[in-house]
Amino acid sequence: MDVIVLGIESSCDETGVAIYETGVGLLGHTLYSQAEMHAQYGGVVPELASRDHIRRVIPLIDQLLDRVGLSSQQIDGVAYTAGPGLMGALMVGACVGRSLAYGWGVPAVGVHHMEGHLLAPLLEGEIPEFPFIALLVSGGHTQLIRVDGVGRYQLLGESVDDAAGEAFDKTAKLLGLGYPGGPALSELAKQGNPDRFHFPRPMVDRPGLDFSFSGLKTYARNTLQQNSDDPTIGADVARAFEDAVADTLAIKCRRALRESDLRRLVVAGGVSANQRIRARLQEIAEGERGEAFFPRVEFCTDNGAMIAFAGALRLDAGESSGLAIEVSPRWPLSELPAVH
Amino acid sequence: MSSKILAIDTVTEGCSAALLIGDEVVERFEITPRGHTQRILPMVDELLSEADLTLAELDAIAFDRGPGSFTGLRITAGVVQGLAYGAGLPVIPVSSLAALAFALYRENQNRNILAAIDARMGEVYCGYYRINDRGLPALVGEESVLLPNKIIKQQGPWAGAGSGFESYREELKECLRENLIHIDGNALPHAKDIARLALHEFEQGRVLSSEEAQPVYLRNQVVHQKS
Ligand SMILES: Nc1ncnc2c1ncn2[C@@H]1O[C@H](COP(=O)(O)OP(=O)(O)O)[C@@H](O)[C@H]1O
Repeated sequence: MDVIVLGIESSCDETGVAIYETGVGLLGHTLYSQAEMHAQYGGVVPELASRDHIRRVIPLIDQLLDRVGLSSQQIDGVAYTAGPGLMGALMVGACVGRSLAYGWGVPAVGVHHMEGHLLAPLLEGEIPEFPFIALLVSGGHTQLIRVDGVGRYQLLGESVDDAAGEAFDKTAKLLGLGYPGGPALSELAKQGNPDRFHFPRPMVDRPGLDFSFSGLKTYARNTLQQNSDDPTIGADVARAFEDAVADTLAIKCRRALRESDLRRLVVAGGVSANQRIRARLQEIAEGERGEAFFPRVEFCTDNGAMIAFAGALRLDAGESSGLAIEVSPRWPLSELPAVH
Repeated sequence: MSSKILAIDTVTEGCSAALLIGDEVVERFEITPRGHTQRILPMVDELLSEADLTLAELDAIAFDRGPGSFTGLRITAGVVQGLAYGAGLPVIPVSSLAALAFALYRENQNRNILAAIDARMGEVYCGYYRINDRGLPALVGEESVLLPNKIIKQQGPWAGAGSGFESYREELKECLRENLIHIDGNALPHAKDIARLALHEFEQGRVLSSEEAQPVYLRNQVVHQKS
């Protein structure tokens, strides 16, 4: 029996809601981003994020149901992000989502935000089969994971300092690009000269699959200082930085594919929206005579669709949360139960 | 037909749910500073199943709209939004300070009450309430958040209720002096009082739709100036 699941995402500064039907696919989704509100403070202000989520979430759900032409009686379950993320922000989605399910008389499930990201490439389009190597690159995470099934995750390597998205944002800040600067940096890099600077590829000459990105930001700062009289320096630094991140990710992904003897590479998380990174990872997957899979660009960053999807898989497998509403701001992916 | 109202309050250390049916109120109340999200829906579920009612059979959901702890306010508002939207019920906001005033009146017959809740950062959330001839608390002036020694004096005498009187007893006594006659510093807002106050609103037709179940924070300066 196919089930129709409402998903709610509120772990940081995006309120996302979506409806997914197993066996059919995504029926609709909508998102409200608070990025503009936080931009003036140079980063997410948790209390303001929570205050905004609690104003938006019900109107978004109501509009979405209306738009996809479903009545609430047709919803079979509710999924909400239960962590990791900002405590207060998670609490809003969890309280509304869990109570809504109670009001509708349907089961609810708390979803792991990173599992949402990780499974987003399986949401639509050409769907990779298990097992595969997943690269999760977002504002908070840079991880290589071997995925043998839903909930069967083995961490192969991760960043020992800044996450890739964090490095993008910090470097963007040095370039005066505002917050969150990842996408803006990538725009600027398009005008940059790729041959002017060569940034290091951190940790590639060491064995293992860990990453380190904090040094790149320092390298960018020094390069900017040494060329402070050059007005076009920004674009060249952006380009060199972006190439260094793309290359580093690519080298480690190739190593992970080889060491695991796998051919499929799945890339997800906010940074996977980056076109240059997508292109590099596509290249190395093909070089290994494999394939790379990415979510559609709007499902790379936080969204409700991935939560509805991951929630639907878990509800369908018989999982559900009790009446106690639980959120976990810190929650390792490895603690998730496997779905058989 | 007697009115049926569910009430919810998680805005201080107390966590409570109450079910009002006509003149009768049954309440679950616990002091669980960190356990509100764990306890609130089980409390609601117990109340409903004991009364052999479903959520959809109720007339409205009342809630403590604050002021109180920010997270606590959003737990209440979030749960109430979800329940009310899910069951297609209207909501009724009630002030935490009014609930404290109402409780003190019912317990101690005081008719002039200054309600004050510890707001941290050296401040209190407070409001003066007079009990009117229908036995309901009516706000005098405005609810506000301020330093205890900045409370505006009103012609007294007043009885004091709420955690503000526990945390800032001396400051408040010093400020209000002979205007202050009785203090209950341990009082916490209760869902049963929220339910009773909401009944009156309900009878006047004053209800809101689910998404309007929003907290009243009072403290709106939450971003600290960057250095
Ligand atoms: N086109 C892009 N190029 C580089 N980084 C990007 C791009 N788009 C988004 N990002 C980065 O992705 C991160 C946000 O991703 P998201 O998955 O929402 O992360 P999280 O949930 O961990 O904050 C930010 O660091 C942002 O700068």
